[in-house]
Amino acid sequence: MPRVNEQGRFLRRRAAGLASEIIAALLAALSVAVLFLIVGHIIVNGLGSLNADFFTKIPKPYGESGGGIAQAIMGTVIMLIVAAAIAIPFGVGTAIYIVEFGRGRFADTVRFAVELLAELPSIVVGVFVWALVVRNLTGYSGIAGSLALAVIMIPIIARSVEEILRLVPDSLREGALALGSPKWKVVIFVVIPTVLPGILTGIMLALARAAGETAPLLLTALGNSFFNYDLRKPMAAMPLQIYTYAVSPYDDWHNKAWASTLVLIAIVGILSGAVKFATRRWKHESH
Amino acid sequence: MSRIIMLRQGATKAADPSDRRFAAFVATMSAVVILLVVGFIILLAVDSWPSIRKFGGHFLTGSVWNPVETEVNKVNFGALPFIYGTIVTSIVALILATPLALGSAIFVSEYAPSWLGRPVAFIIELLVAIPSVAYGIWGLFVLVPFMRGTIEPFLQNVLGHIPVLSALVAGPPFGQDLLTGGVVLAIMILPTILSLSREIIAQVPRLQKEGMLALGATKWEVLSQAVLPYAKGGIIGAAMLGLARAIGETMAVTMVIGNSSQKITGSLFTPGYTIASAIANQFTEADTQMYFSAIVELGLVLLLVASVFNVTSRLLVSRIMARKEGANA
Amino acid sequence: MKKIVAVLALVALVAAATIAQAIPGSGLVTKGVSGEAKNLTGAGATFPAVLYTKWFSEYAAKIGVQVNYQAIGSGGGIKSISDMTVDFGASDGPMTDDQLAAAKGGHLLHIPMTMGAVVPTYNIPELSRSKQVLKFTADTLSAIYLGDIIKWNDPKLVADNPQLAKVDKYIVVVHRSDGSGTSNIWTSYLSAVSEKWAKTVGAGNSVQWPVGLGGKGNEGVAGNVKQTQYAIGYVEEAYAVQNTLPVAQVKNSAGTWMDPTAKAVSKAAEGVTLPDDLRVKMVNSSNPEAWPITGFTWILVYQQQNDPAKALALTRLLWWNLHDGQAYAEKLLYAPLPVDAIAKAVVLLKSVTVNGSQALPPELASFK
Repeated sequence: MPRVNEQGRFLRRRAAGLASEIIAALLAALSVAVLFLIVGHIIVNGLGSLNADFFTKIPKPYGESGGGIAQAIMGTVIMLIVAAAIAIPFGVGTAIYIVEFGRGRFADTVRFAVELLAELPSIVVGVFVWALVVRNLTGYSGIAGSLALAVIMIPIIARSVEEILRLVPDSLREGALALGSPKWKVVIFVVIPTVLPGILTGIMLALARAAGETAPLLLTALGNSFFNYDLRKPMAAMPLQIYTYAVSPYDDWHNKAWASTLVLIAIVGILSGAVKFATRRWKHESH
Repeated sequence: MSRIIMLRQGATKAADPSDRRFAAFVATMSAVVILLVVGFIILLAVDSWPSIRKFGGHFLTGSVWNPVETEVNKVNFGALPFIYGTIVTSIVALILATPLALGSAIFVSEYAPSWLGRPVAFIIELLVAIPSVAYGIWGLFVLVPFMRGTIEPFLQNVLGHIPVLSALVAGPPFGQDLLTGGVVLAIMILPTILSLSREIIAQVPRLQKEGMLALGATKWEVLSQAVLPYAKGGIIGAAMLGLARAIGETMAVTMVIGNSSQKITGSLFTPGYTIASAIANQFTEADTQMYFSAIVELGLVLLLVASVFNVTSRLLVSRIMARKEGANA
Repeated sequence: MKKIVAVLALVALVAAATIAQAIPGSGLVTKGVSGEAKNLTGAGATFPAVLYTKWFSEYAAKIGVQVNYQAIGSGGGIKSISDMTVDFGASDGPMTDDQLAAAKGGHLLHIPMTMGAVVPTYNIPELSRSKQVLKFTADTLSAIYLGDIIKWNDPKLVADNPQLAKVDKYIVVVHRSDGSGTSNIWTSYLSAVSEKWAKTVGAGNSVQWPVGLGGKGNEGVAGNVKQTQYAIGYVEEAYAVQNTLPVAQVKNSAGTWMDPTAKAVSKAAEGVTLPDDLRVKMVNSSNPEAWPITGFTWILVYQQQNDPAKALALTRLLWWNLHDGQAYAEKLLYAPLPVDAIAKAVVLLKSVTVNGSQALPPELASFK
């Protein structure tokens, strides 16, 4: 009698194990399928509308087909560059402070502040920059948009660089200090160069995130139907253009929205994918 | 570690003035970041003060949001419809995303061989790189028609006759409604929950797992009796992080949720707002001081709720991580 | 449907030909001048965006001044100009006295640019090849938007539209989710013709819509109607026609089924006494040939400007809009401004000052 029970139990255990493996595999497959579904739709719908005009011309009046989103691509590039110029020093500087110099309450506060910044919903960042800059200083402008993007980028860069700096073995620092270098030279000429690839990937991650942000730009950069290089005036951006075009009724605009989305995720995807790939190897190497 | 601290202190004390300058430089940058956050909170508080003072708790419980004084309706700002929309879409997102994320995490970490697991995890985590507006356009043109034409009528057929559940699927299937908002959010928070869950599961001490396996346990038993109970807190933390992200999502939700703050019904098929989508839609036109103040207050509420979830998540997750370090020390 | 479009197009062409020659004051702003700003920013109504984007594209090519117009809704236009975050605002809902008092930069002028029709449009697959558009009365429109009529084959609708008898589907009502002058015109009309609407909902840029989905901007509503079967929405006429959405007929106050031709739109202004500040609503006109859901759309500028370059560019732009620009209106399904409206608008334009002196350049100001 006991042997039969044991066999039954054994089979049931095996069955439960098998069932859970299958379910887990199915769930994972479903998740993968969703990604391919979304990216697939974007590629299929966007590819057909990419043409030379799309990349070189500005939008036509409502209802006329043709034209492109060149000014939005330009605007995104400009605002990302300016945002990076602001965010990189602050992000890297803060990380250096936390890891290399920080002690006590002040360092804890800094880290807490970075965490808080990282958790801000991006629309709230837009509200903040509007209240600070748009309302009193510049009106809707590219610099306000860049600031909003910078606020979003700073914590990403700071956390990334902090993590990387912590991976640097202390022996490296000790050795350089023992040779009589002042601390700051150790940081800039010894520690940072070792982790430069990691820092760059952190920056790329932040750029990838900022490139896709729409909500804060609605309240700061506003958008522009012409080429504009003046940061004190409103500026176009790809995500803004996608949003405007997608909710409109014009088929031509829908096509352009898909095409813009394709270009956007291509940029973002390349940046993020490269980051993840490089980081995987990185983590692997330092173990 | 203590050696380096002494070395640091020593080095700074006997410092090169250039060291002190450099330290001051990066400290100033950090101070600016702190000032940014502080300024943020102060500005939000100051700008929302008129609304807080006028409406108080009614802001969170009132369900009439009327920004424009007409002969018929007085100005009133009750944000309950937005809060309701946020809660409903977040819950739907959590219900859909957590099993998917957890199942995928288990598959990738415990069941699959690493040549399969790592690429699969990599692919799923790519979902996090897709910008919100891309989810929005996909949601609007692909998901909404699918929900309206296929899923929602199906749900109505299946659940329409069951007493309590039928209220969830009442009304004509708009497609642009709370349910679709929840589905889009689910896809967006899936990678967040997945990657954190993977990290958590990886923290489970190998000794326990290997011991059980050696005694003849199946992988599933190791999972259900050792890994998951141990990781439970952390997984909840991962879900909370997903929730925090869902709450703050704006664009994708705005494009599929219908943007209409009507009476709160029980149905998932009603168009609605979330707090974030309400801000995005209404901020640029909040022309009176009270209207503007109410919108900023919405932002403050959003910030607070997201922070609560983020902090809770971090607490839960760090407990698991700390346990592992304790176990190995 | 195709017949209507063809008729409209023909009328538009004829009218355009006649009117293009008729507006004195055209041809005075033909190229850029020194001292004027090369960039202007405006934000606001989506109602006239079809016309404005055309205007500004032509203006940039001819005059060399780039006018960046972002259609964020009338509510957005009012707020932006009140906060002075843009150079001019645009709205089809006239500002209330309270709103005017709250404007940061002083006194705001409402300068009308064009007139347009707000039309009901719909998406019913069964009727997509029908040549007969649907007919609505004041009663049926207000009942649909109040949520009292919920299905397309409701007897009240079938009474005027027998082809709806076989459409047993729920009506998906679409309204604006943003603060909208188009909504203002629409709800003003509903308030004028329906006591129940006036008592329970009222008129304004934003109201408590009893039922329906929200779309952002005229484009959002048109987009929603186009994508959603069995939907009904209200949009400025151009948005319906440009997207091959049907334009319904509405019974006006005289009991005639009207189409929103340029003539019918212009008739709505006939007999309306225009106040000097030109803040006036024109819905439910008593004129028997008028389209009942009509309104002006205005550009909002401060009377006292403080940047001479911008003031020069702005006043020249507005002059061009009021004169040369009117020739573009009909082709894009708006109606040109009546002559007395233009005259009063010019008076307002002349009152714009910068640093104490008149902003409108003398060669324009002295034109009779």
